[in-house]
This record gives sequence, C-alpha cells and structure tokens, in this order.
Amino acid sequence: MNIIVLMKQVANKDAILRINKEATWIEEGDLSFEVSESDGYALEEALRVREKLQGEVVVCSMGPQRVKSVIKDALARGADRAIHVVGDNLGHLSPYATASALAEAIRDEKPDLVFTGLQSDDYGYGQTGVILAELLGLPHATIVIEVDASAERLRVKRELESGWYQWYTMPTPALLTIQSGISQIRYATLKGIMAAKKKEVKEVTPSAEIVDRPAHQRIARVYLPQKSKQTQLLGNGDAKAGAVELAQKLHTEARVI
Amino acid sequence: MSNGIVVFIEHRNGVLNKTSLEAVAGAQLLGSALQQEITAVVVGSDASALAQEIAAYDVAKVINAGNAKLVDYTPDGYTDAMEHVVKQLDPHLVLLPHTYLVRDFAPKLAARFGKSLISDCIRAGVADSSITFTRRIFLGKLDADVVSDGEPPVFATFQSGAYRPDQARKGNGAAVEGITVDVGEIRMTPEAPFQEVKQAVDLSKADIIVAVGRGIKSKDNLALAEKLAEALGADLAASRPICDAEWLPIDRQIGSSGQTVAPKLYVALGISGAIQHLVGMKNSGTIVAINKDPEAPIFDIADYGIVGDLFEAVPVLTEEIKKIKGAS
Ligand SMILES: Cc1cc2nc3c(=O)[nH]c(=O)nc-3n(C[C@H](O)[C@H](O)[C@H](O)COP(=O)(O)OP(=O)(O)OC[C@H]3O[C@@H](n4cnc5c(N)ncnc54)[C@H](O)[C@@H]3O)c2cc1C
Ligand SMILES: Nc1ncnc2c1ncn2[C@@H]1O[C@H](COP(=O)(O)O)[C@@H](O)[C@H]1O
Repeated sequence: MNIIVLMKQVANKDAILRINKEATWIEEGDLSFEVSESDGYALEEALRVREKLQGEVVVCSMGPQRVKSVIKDALARGADRAIHVVGDNLGHLSPYATASALAEAIRDEKPDLVFTGLQSDDYGYGQTGVILAELLGLPHATIVIEVDASAERLRVKRELESGWYQWYTMPTPALLTIQSGISQIRYATLKGIMAAKKKEVKEVTPSAEIVDRPAHQRIARVYLPQKSKQTQLLGNGDAKAGAVELAQKLHTEARVI
Repeated sequence: MSNGIVVFIEHRNGVLNKTSLEAVAGAQLLGSALQQEITAVVVGSDASALAQEIAAYDVAKVINAGNAKLVDYTPDGYTDAMEHVVKQLDPHLVLLPHTYLVRDFAPKLAARFGKSLISDCIRAGVADSSITFTRRIFLGKLDADVVSDGEPPVFATFQSGAYRPDQARKGNGAAVEGITVDVGEIRMTPEAPFQEVKQAVDLSKADIIVAVGRGIKSKDNLALAEKLAEALGADLAASRPICDAEWLPIDRQIGSSGQTVAPKLYVALGISGAIQHLVGMKNSGTIVAINKDPEAPIFDIADYGIVGDLFEAVPVLTEEIKKIKGAS
C-alpha cells in the first residue's frame, strides 16, 4: 500500500493570536507553529497500515519554507519521503484551490490511499480532503476512527453524531479523513531523526492558474467573537481569591448550591 | 439567471434531523432579505412523508429527490442527487446544516461546481443585497466575516445552534414535487449504524456536572476534580481528549459525538470550549469556567469565570463549597 498523508502546519494551539492591522488575518511574524492535530493521527494511521501491508508513506505539505519543520518531523517519525508544495501566500486559498494544488502535486504518485486530517485547526474548513477525493476521482470516507485495510479490501469505521458509528467498505484507491485521538502517536526517535536527514523532500510549485484564479470566498474581516453572555470574571487574576468568591456567588446569587 | 435558495433537509430513514429546521430558519431570513424563494430538498428513495412534513413550513416548494440507490446515505449517491437538483434549479444559494452527514458529501457537491463551501457559519447577514457569512476560526478563538464574490451558486453550511429550530416559520402548505434523479455508481457500501456499548451513565439527568478537559494534564490529577464533584454532589464528565486517552470512559464525554446535557450547574475545568464541546452543554443553567487562557472560547458562554490555574482554584473551591454546605 502506498499512502500519501497530507499534513498542514498551523499556529500553535497556545499561541496568543494578534489580529493584523488590516483586520483580515492574524500577525504571523512572531508565531510558533505546529502540525494540525488530526494530521498527526493521519500520519500515525498511515505508518500502522504500512507496518502491516508494506509499501511507502509519503507526506505532503503545502506552505512557505517554515512547513519544512512539519515535514522533517514526519520523516523522523517514519515517513519515507516528502513532497513540499511551496509558496508564500497559499494559506488564503479556498479549500477548492488548496485541494486543486494538492491534487496536482500528488496525482502522478498514484497512491493506493490518501489520508488527511478531518479539519484544520486554523481555518477549520473541514473540506480539503473531500474535495481532493473528488478531484482525484477517489471514493472517500470522513471522520474515520478505525482503518481495517488488507490487500483485498478496505473497511473503515466512521463516527456519526451522539455516540453512533458505522462501518463502510470501499475499493482502493481511496481517501480517508482521520479523526483526532484515535491512537497513540509515536514520537520520533534519535535514530529516526538521523535517518530523516537522508530522506528525499521534493519541492513543487502550484501552477499559476490555480493560485491566481479569483477566489469565490474571501475573508473581509477578522475580530474577537461577540460574547453571548456577560461573564463575571472573578478573582482578578488571583485564582484562589476567585475560587472563594465563586463559591459565594454560586450559593447566594446563582443559588445552585 | 440564477435565482432562489435551495435548503437541504437531512433525515435518517425518514426521521428529520432537527438542525435542518435551523437551516430552514436561516434560509427564511436570507430569503426575506434578498427577496428570493426557497426550495427545500429531501433526498431519499422513500421520503415522501417527510417531504409533506416540510411542506408545512413557509417555503415555496419541496422537492423529493428520489432514486432506488438512495435508500442508505452514501456520499456518492447524495452528491449525484444534489448535483442533479442544483443544476435543474440553478439557485443563487444552497444552504445546508453543518452535520456530519453534510460534511461528508457537501464539499464534493460544491467541487462539482468548481467551488468550496462557506462552511460551519454561525450567522449570515445581508447588506446592499450581498451576503456576509460569519464563521469561527482558530478553534473558536476568532470570528471571520466571509463574503462570496464569485458566480452563483454559493454553497454555505450553518453550524448547529446558528438558528433555533422553532424560528422556522410555518406557511400555508407548499407544493411537493417528486422527481427522480440520476445517480451513478456508488462505490462505498455502508453497514448498519450502531452504538458501541449500552451507555452505562446517563448524564442528561444530572443536576450538577463537573467536566474536565486537557488542562487537567494527567490521569492522576482527576482526583482533584473528583473531590470537587463529591463536594458538589456532581457527576464527573469530560471533553473528548480525556475520553480518547481513556482517563474516563467514553460515556462521560460531552459534546457532538458524546452526550448532550443541560444541568443546572456545569463547571468546566481546563476545557477550551471548542464548538463540538459547546453544543453538548451550552443549554446548562449556570456555566462556570476555570481556564488559564483569558481568550478561551468557553468564556463566551460562561456565567462565572476564573482566569487562572485550575490547580490553584479547584482545591480552594472544594473547601469553600464544603464550608457552605456544612453551614446550611
Ligand atoms: C467531528 C468532531 C467531533 C468532536 N466531538 C467532540 C465531543 O463530542 N466532545 C468534545 O469535548 N470534543 C469533541 N471534539 C474535539 C473538539 O474539537 C476539541 O478538540 C476538544 O473539545 C478540546 O478538548 P479540551 O478543551 O479538553 O482541550 P484543549 O482544547 O486542548 O483545551 C485545554 C484548555 O485547558 C486550559 N488549561 C491548560 N492548563 C490549565 C491550567 N493549569 N489551569 C486552567 N486551565 C488550563 C488551556 O488554556 C485550554 O483552554 C470533536 C471534534 C471534531 C472535529
Ligand atoms: N496547506 C496544506 N498542506 C497539507 N495538507 C493540507 C493543507 N491544507 C489542508 N490540508 C489537509 O486537509 C485537511 C483538512 O483541512 P481543512 O479543509 O482546511 O479543514 C487538513 O487536516 C490537512 O490534512
């Protein structure tokens, strides 16, 4: 089984986000970055399938040079090689354009399986994988929490709402979008880190007709969410004082204890 | 010229998914503002009873798009069916509820039109006959206003809770039209949906819930939350990562893939407040959040908040509650 895993680099979960002065996105200059959470599980799942069925795991990430750190980490964890779709302003592409650029980069690889995360932690479109499947002509399944792959068939467990699940069987090649938390992610070993240095990272650039096509959706303004409730913040930075005040308020004001 | 609004109605075996009515409510508001007619679409091999039910709402028409291949939901089947309907109606807007089923096929549908969805919107407004959609980004930390500049149709999905189902206005009985749609090869074979285990714990009846999130850091630290729960007479619950890590069993998970609860008091410890968690608990009476990040989205819906370290706050809170309860 040859598997391609799509991995996106996003702002660190704990990063303090500052809105840029045009209020169209965040200031990226001083941010630290990490891999989008579900993509880490997509890679883990791919490595596990490879352990069972042999083949190759290729990671593909699109973005500026800084995404090389995501690629290096994936190679250190055990991916065999990588494709880096390079460009500085690709973050603002629509999911359709992103999927088009990724499709262009991986089409000739003719993978048996393509794994993506189910939803990115920054834009959170939840679409790139499904659109990519359509562009590559592959059947797909989303929110996958278990992959049962053999040489003969692919059976996957999908999460539905409210504690329901469903199994699907489909032919390969196919595309799966992987849910977070479905396994224990392995860390890179020192040996893995050394080995990664010799692995191939191919750079490609997306074609102009994809990047320059007028966007059909555009962010006009970014801002802090409006609060739906007036929150009483207690303790003024002192957590213990806040706790004392909270107990009183729950008793005398909210009357829930 | 493209005209009208198509709204997709989701069901399982003819049973309506209530978030579809939220999408109907959204469509009605946009329809009035844009002076566009609404067509509701029910997909399925035998969904005529549901189509009749939807006809009671204030829409111009209900289409029941049928084909024998649509007995069970598959992304291939639903994409073909909806592509057929959208091409035939040539609408300005296609609105869908942002459910798991919709996220499974709607991006594929939009791609057939060279587009993507404006997905998971929390609201939409009209000014000078152009629509601005608002969606959450960065896991709920920021909002983004999104406009669509391109050619119609515009595809958008509404997050659960963007509108209330009871906002959907009833009408005088819309016409129902049954059509047979073209559906090509279906490549995936679904098995019957199932529940993993009989849920041992029913948190929907709990009066007070103490819920822990990733901020609790380790399984050992759960004892801290257990003590607070004990002092409050509360049930213990958790966000998804805690259950994924098996620190607590899955039947204690709150959220879109877990349980939906509405206790009179919900105490969230080290939970960021991702939308998939919020949908499971936002109707709680009094919501308390303890989180060290002042920008955590959980504070948007909290009545009381402590911005700070839960490891400092929780032991003190536990002791204070014991005092109050001891005195009363
Ligand atoms: C399709 C889908 C379905 C999902 N279903 C569910 C679901 O049913 N239920 C669910 O909960 N999630 C669900 N999720 C996951 C959801 O998106 C979030 O990832 C998850 O809720 C985050 O859990 P968390 O808040 O515990 O962790 P995090 O988001 O990591 O937040 C941890 C919080 O703890 C705070 N913190 C850290 N240390 C401390 C400290 N010492 N003191 C105080 N605060 C601290 C941090 O500031 C942070 O806000 C789903 C996601 C998807 C895509
Ligand atoms: N720039 C990118 N590079 C690599 N993979 C991506 C990129 N953008 C999106 N993806 C993949 O598509 C998934 C869903 O992203 P999204 O549609 O933005 O929610 C992510 O989890 C990634 O696996």
